[in-house]
Amino acid sequence: MRYAAHTDDDLRAMLEAIGLDSLDDLFAQIPASVRLGRDLDLPAGVSEQEILADLTSLASRNRSTDDLVCFAGAGAYDHYVPAVVWALAGRSEFYTAYTPYQPELSQGVLQALFEYQSMICELTALDVSNASLYDGSTALAEAVSLARSTPERGRVLVSAGVDQRHVETLRTYGRGAGYEPEPFALRDGRGGHPQVGSDVACVIVQHPNVYGNLEPVRDLFGAAHDGGAHAIQVFDPLSLGVLAPPGELGADIAVAEGQPLGNHLSFGGPYLGVIASRLDHVRRLPGRIVGETVDVDGRTGYVLTLQAREQHIRREKATSNICTNQTLMAVAAAIHLAWLGPEGLAELGARCAAKAAYAAERLTEVPEVGLLFPGAPFFKEFALRLPAPAGEVRDALLERGYLAGVPLPDADERSLLVAVTERRTREEIDGLAHELKAVLA
Amino acid sequence: MSEAIGAPVRRQGPPTRGTLRDLSRPGRRAWSLPSLDVPPAAVPEEHARARPPALPEVAERDLVSHFTRLSQLNYGVDTGIYPLGSCTMKYNPKIAESVAALPGFARLHPLQPDHTVQGALEMLWRLERALCEITGMARATLQPPAGACGELTGLLIMGRSHTERGDPRSRVAIPDSSHGTNPASVRLAGYEALHIPTDARGLVDVSALEKLVDERVAGLMLTNPNTLGLFEEEIERVIRIVHDAGGLVYYDGANLNAILGRCRPGDMGFDIVHINTHKTFATPHGGGGPGAGPVGVTEALAPYLPVPVVERDPGTGSFRLDVDRPRSIGRMHGFHGNVGILVRAYAYVFLHGHDGLREVAERAVLNANYLAERIKGVFPLAFPDGRPMHEFVSTAAPLKEATGIRAMDLAKRVIDLGFHPSTVYFPLIVEEALMVEPTETESKDSLDAFADALVQAAGEAHTDPDLLHDAPTSTPVRRLDEAHAARHLKLRWS
Repeated sequence: MRYAAHTDDDLRAMLEAIGLDSLDDLFAQIPASVRLGRDLDLPAGVSEQEILADLTSLASRNRSTDDLVCFAGAGAYDHYVPAVVWALAGRSEFYTAYTPYQPELSQGVLQALFEYQSMICELTALDVSNASLYDGSTALAEAVSLARSTPERGRVLVSAGVDQRHVETLRTYGRGAGYEPEPFALRDGRGGHPQVGSDVACVIVQHPNVYGNLEPVRDLFGAAHDGGAHAIQVFDPLSLGVLAPPGELGADIAVAEGQPLGNHLSFGGPYLGVIASRLDHVRRLPGRIVGETVDVDGRTGYVLTLQAREQHIRREKATSNICTNQTLMAVAAAIHLAWLGPEGLAELGARCAAKAAYAAERLTEVPEVGLLFPGAPFFKEFALRLPAPAGEVRDALLERGYLAGVPLPDADERSLLVAVTERRTREEIDGLAHELKAVLA
Repeated sequence: MSEAIGAPVRRQGPPTRGTLRDLSRPGRRAWSLPSLDVPPAAVPEEHARARPPALPEVAERDLVSHFTRLSQLNYGVDTGIYPLGSCTMKYNPKIAESVAALPGFARLHPLQPDHTVQGALEMLWRLERALCEITGMARATLQPPAGACGELTGLLIMGRSHTERGDPRSRVAIPDSSHGTNPASVRLAGYEALHIPTDARGLVDVSALEKLVDERVAGLMLTNPNTLGLFEEEIERVIRIVHDAGGLVYYDGANLNAILGRCRPGDMGFDIVHINTHKTFATPHGGGGPGAGPVGVTEALAPYLPVPVVERDPGTGSFRLDVDRPRSIGRMHGFHGNVGILVRAYAYVFLHGHDGLREVAERAVLNANYLAERIKGVFPLAFPDGRPMHEFVSTAAPLKEATGIRAMDLAKRVIDLGFHPSTVYFPLIVEEALMVEPTETESKDSLDAFADALVQAAGEAHTDPDLLHDAPTSTPVRRLDEAHAARHLKLRWS
């Protein structure tokens, strides 16, 4: 076996020590009736060079965002990942460690998570953050579970501006928990009027929403609070250098897909789920939380804390079943946020907003192309109306080197969601407008 | 014997200077951006943030030395043996890191159309086929991002199949030795947990199971080998009892490493199986994640798998993500799961092949048995009648009785001797439990050194107990006050 270090002498000595004649004897307690009795139907093992060749060949059959100009977003964004992020998060002392059950041997990852939690609190203007969940969609499911704390308030109202994949994930989790997410309609691509009765646990708003539009969040959360419900915001972490943070907009709980924070697109994962809340939820917050404490000599150190919430202590009474989370992605997020700092984050947000505004202007100059919701404010993403099916237009633009966006699942399939990050240049935006015109001509 | 025989974690370089916030100075910066090549555009005032968040302001050089120092305060598998029972902390091959970083995987947008990601879809499809062959299942979803999410996925599938049959059920049986995620997942799936006792041999108490299982029971969740490291020899009878009552049986794959190529959950009669790739297939655990928790099912349960699944068109040989599955439980993750982790699992599975995987299990079981033998004079097996498989549970209760030294003291002394200790105080049913899983990638020398450290520490418990009470003393911090952390919550910079 490739990564075992046993010599034949070792094997003999070890078997002798335990009083067995052969390795087969180690498995004698497995009943004959369930033994496999043949080799697994897999190829024989190969060398490192061969596995590299195999996966390089598979990778070469994908068109990556390195060779396509990427305007696709919808929850996963082609932001620049500074070199320093994975040079540090990729240190094997971090990535080959287990969950920090022995804190004296894990101060590195524990402190990194404490710093991550601190920066998420600064970012969101909320009081507490955990040490990560799986992704944005499952973070929303956990937020709903947190909000449904009283039996008489069980209903979950979801803005139609929340990403469909989030809603589908909620629906799955709701099957076990006993709720069905109930959508409330937008007006002209934003807003809406949630009917918040005394049986409603929470109102969920995504801002910027699934069409990229900015929501009247204060009004929506005001309605939630007037009805006695919790306000949950789905946010974009890299928008918060320029957009007002969830804590100031009235959110009680805020969740995000954390991928834009230093994580590569990686075909959908591993990403990280960000969750932050007001302090009064801390004892029901899901997942790991790191706290500062002191050692026997009075030195500052870090430990996993409030573990009585968690499955390994509380078992079926735990607030969540999460055990393994996305720690390494949270470490990367912390490094990225510290690299940006307040000024870099604000500047990055301003670039995204400027480039998206420019792209919307250029693309709507193409004949018969308009905005799906003209006049609605947006940040880095907007929905275009096209004179042809969006999937066909997207495929034609792929031939010309552009991943032009993500088709929206609306009735006539003629809307395309376009995301513009700080990576896109004026030349690329002009190029997309030029090719869109050519494709539609 | 020298004081530190393993690979101690010690601070290197100058003393740490607190947190990033302590390093922050107004006006310092690490960021850079290209100059703005389009007209500026502000966000509308009503949506604008008044002040940017108070993130630290640090230079890149300071950022690098801060996180480099933090990494040096951490012990990983790359540092040395990491024998946490039930965690399968084996060596993570570096080639798996290289292939996951290939731009053709790392820089794919999850919503690219299928025809631009054929290589990624084929990789996922081949991995699904391999995992099904390894576990003896018909189809699998690769979407769950961790084992606990796999558990919930499996339980929702279980529930859906009962509901569709018009036979909804209310309880799921789990052994009292199970991992905490099992009962937590059971509750999240809307069931009540039914606890099954362990018998004197350390196996499922079959007669108790027979009495407890009835038409209210949706299924049973089980690891095999179980949490005590013992193979459930009556597995076929256990499964028959549940099946006869109309229930399904769920295999928690935490301990799959022990049986690779020897036997398969599907052949034992399990209906649903989850796999922890970060355990069995050596995808690194990242200090707490990410992992991946694929779930395999029988043909009968395949229609309930989460969407999307990867399908291959037999005519053209092309691959697509299938979302049109009306009986599916739905979506468990925003996109397609932790694909970057699945690439690593693929590399591991196909590097080893059928021959290598079988050897993995052989060496893992050999190592556990050898280590158990080396220490059993001091730390007897909690259930000495059965032969351990890939891990074993010993007890420090006799040592505690003789010296007052607890398993926790022992673990902390082992740290001073240069090793990551085993799991302690789990499973909950064993007093002063030491749950040890060395994995196949430790050499005999490494096992001997670890055994020597445990035996040395046990000796010191008699001769110099303060060495254990005061341990650890070699680490960047000593024993930390967890009660203080919970009472005086400080969860962020203030």
